[in-house]
Amino acid sequence: MGPPLAWWHHLAMASLELTPGQPRGEEGHASLPPVAPPRGRTPPGPLRRYPDRGLLGGVCPGLAEHFGTDVALARLVMAILVAVGGIGVAVYALAWALIPVAPESEGLPRRPGAWREAVVIVVAVAAVIVSLRAAGVRFGEEIVWPLVLGACGMALVWRPTVSAGDRTARQGWHSLRTYVRPGGRVDAPRLLIGVLLVAFASASLLHAFGVLRSLGTAIGAVAIIATMLGLLFGPWVLRLGRSLASERAARIREQERAELGAHLHDSVLQTLALIQKRAGDPREVAGLARRQERELRHWLLEGAGNGGPDTVAGALERAAAEVEELHGVPIEVVTVGDGRLDPRLEAVVQAAREAMTNAAKFAGSDRVDLYAEVEPERVDVFVRDRGVGFDPRTIPSDRRGVRDSIIARMERHHGCASVTSMPGEGTEVELTMGRGAPV
Amino acid sequence: MSERPRVVIVDDHHLFRAGVRAELGAEVEVVGDAGTVEAAVATIRERRPDVVLLDVHMPDGGGVEVIRRVSSDGEGPRFLALSVSDAAEDVIAVIRAGARGYVTKTISGAELAGAVRSVAGGDAVFSPRLAGFVLDAFAGEPHHASAPTAQELEIEQLTPREREVLRHIARGYMYKEVAQRLGISVKTVEAHVSAVLRKLQLSSRHELSRWAVERQLVTLDGPAAGA
Repeated sequence: MGPPLAWWHHLAMASLELTPGQPRGEEGHASLPPVAPPRGRTPPGPLRRYPDRGLLGGVCPGLAEHFGTDVALARLVMAILVAVGGIGVAVYALAWALIPVAPESEGLPRRPGAWREAVVIVVAVAAVIVSLRAAGVRFGEEIVWPLVLGACGMALVWRPTVSAGDRTARQGWHSLRTYVRPGGRVDAPRLLIGVLLVAFASASLLHAFGVLRSLGTAIGAVAIIATMLGLLFGPWVLRLGRSLASERAARIREQERAELGAHLHDSVLQTLALIQKRAGDPREVAGLARRQERELRHWLLEGAGNGGPDTVAGALERAAAEVEELHGVPIEVVTVGDGRLDPRLEAVVQAAREAMTNAAKFAGSDRVDLYAEVEPERVDVFVRDRGVGFDPRTIPSDRRGVRDSIIARMERHHGCASVTSMPGEGTEVELTMGRGAPV
Repeated sequence: MSERPRVVIVDDHHLFRAGVRAELGAEVEVVGDAGTVEAAVATIRERRPDVVLLDVHMPDGGGVEVIRRVSSDGEGPRFLALSVSDAAEDVIAVIRAGARGYVTKTISGAELAGAVRSVAGGDAVFSPRLAGFVLDAFAGEPHHASAPTAQELEIEQLTPREREVLRHIARGYMYKEVAQRLGISVKTVEAHVSAVLRKLQLSSRHELSRWAVERQLVTLDGPAAGA
């Protein structure tokens, strides 16, 4: 029985002293929502709900925040409004429906136990009303309750339109979410319930004023008028919905454009600026242009099949780009098939990188071709240049790269490497590696 | 070919057209250029060039659309696709529409002129990249759900020799070097390449679209990995 006691205690303290902003009796009130500190003189923000802090929909914390008062005072006022003929229910329902959820509250889980407390509060309020009625105190309930129902109905009907274009507002409405789709379009069950509630409320009101019977014949007229109104405003409502949708689409487009713009600025424009500065050095300009081309191409083709970060094709592309950048010789990479990197294939990539480096550094060729064929059971990589070439039998002892980094590396991983070269004919390094466990 | 081939350049970038025109210079006779599909079709019909240098990517349908509309006239010029595009599907689409080859825009002026002369002479021009794309398209053993007919098999598979030729081209060898390495004549290499081109254009839509789909959807965790 902790929660109800705490609530009444809270209510009593607040009503006795009427001093907002002071959290009262903290001891033993662990289940009370954390009270927002008084806002002082900061201007009130827009009305927002805090479902994570509240009992039902987080309306009271929102109101308290907005008016800079204690949440307990807001709750007290709300409770009094509810007790005095139930008008508070109408106010609360409308507020719940119309006030958007605060962004910082979005997606946060509800306070544990909030629902239980809420049910207790509702029961308590009902009890107060019933006992007031038993004591002969009436507040014109035959008028107020229909108003309450009507307000709920209106909230149901209007809520989707209000939230159609507003992402933050859509996040609310936990209780009805399961059968109401707040996605812009008004859906039938929800609309029906709302209309029925409003109709029932109107009928009750008319009954209360004793004019229902005399109105019997007018119902037809009302129906006609309602139809006319529907015809009049239906298209407008539809158009409103459509314009909201198109506005959202435009916003998404704008966002994409901004993203593209940012990317182009970070990459292409920067490179162009660099190129203008270095216009005197054709080699560097070509290197810059080529690097930018690679980057842009990668960005454009991202996710289009081959060339992921941890695949053979991707790793070879990257290695080629690095060598190209270091030595300024364009490397044409062609790959057929692809596969995920494993330690043996990484060795192939390393060896290929070494071969490309050799070709770029020593061959004096104006371009290097890399061709890789990735098959299910083996991988072949060819690195070819049209440079000066050499006699493989007389690899100079200082050119350790070929022996250690290419041939020995491949053999360590049970692959093989061969170098074909003739002075003046260029060089081709061929790397072959089986896939899967070494045999 | 004794006389210079007559060329029309189709590309939606004015600067690029001017650049190619300057690079081709004396080797070929540039008789016109166009920046849109509409203008290209009109220019080609009017000037009757031997070779059309065709950008793969253009507004209103690109190179494929130009080939489709010009080819419907009957006897038309030969097309050589020229693009910065790396998207295999787009390049293959232009080849299948009827282009006799594909070279990337980074190709040197002399190489491009050579390619234009080859295409004008009726040969196919395979850059290393195109060879890679084609090998990729015909990769793996055919795994038809239903047994294919003998004719289908013949069309939809490359012979080992053709595969070997393509592999050499992808490795960066010129036709002449390929011939030397394989111990065949340059004419035979050209014949192989032309045969591959024909197979590419004749192979059933089904087979190549399956390939395109796999390229798009290939995920490394899926069964298609490394296939």
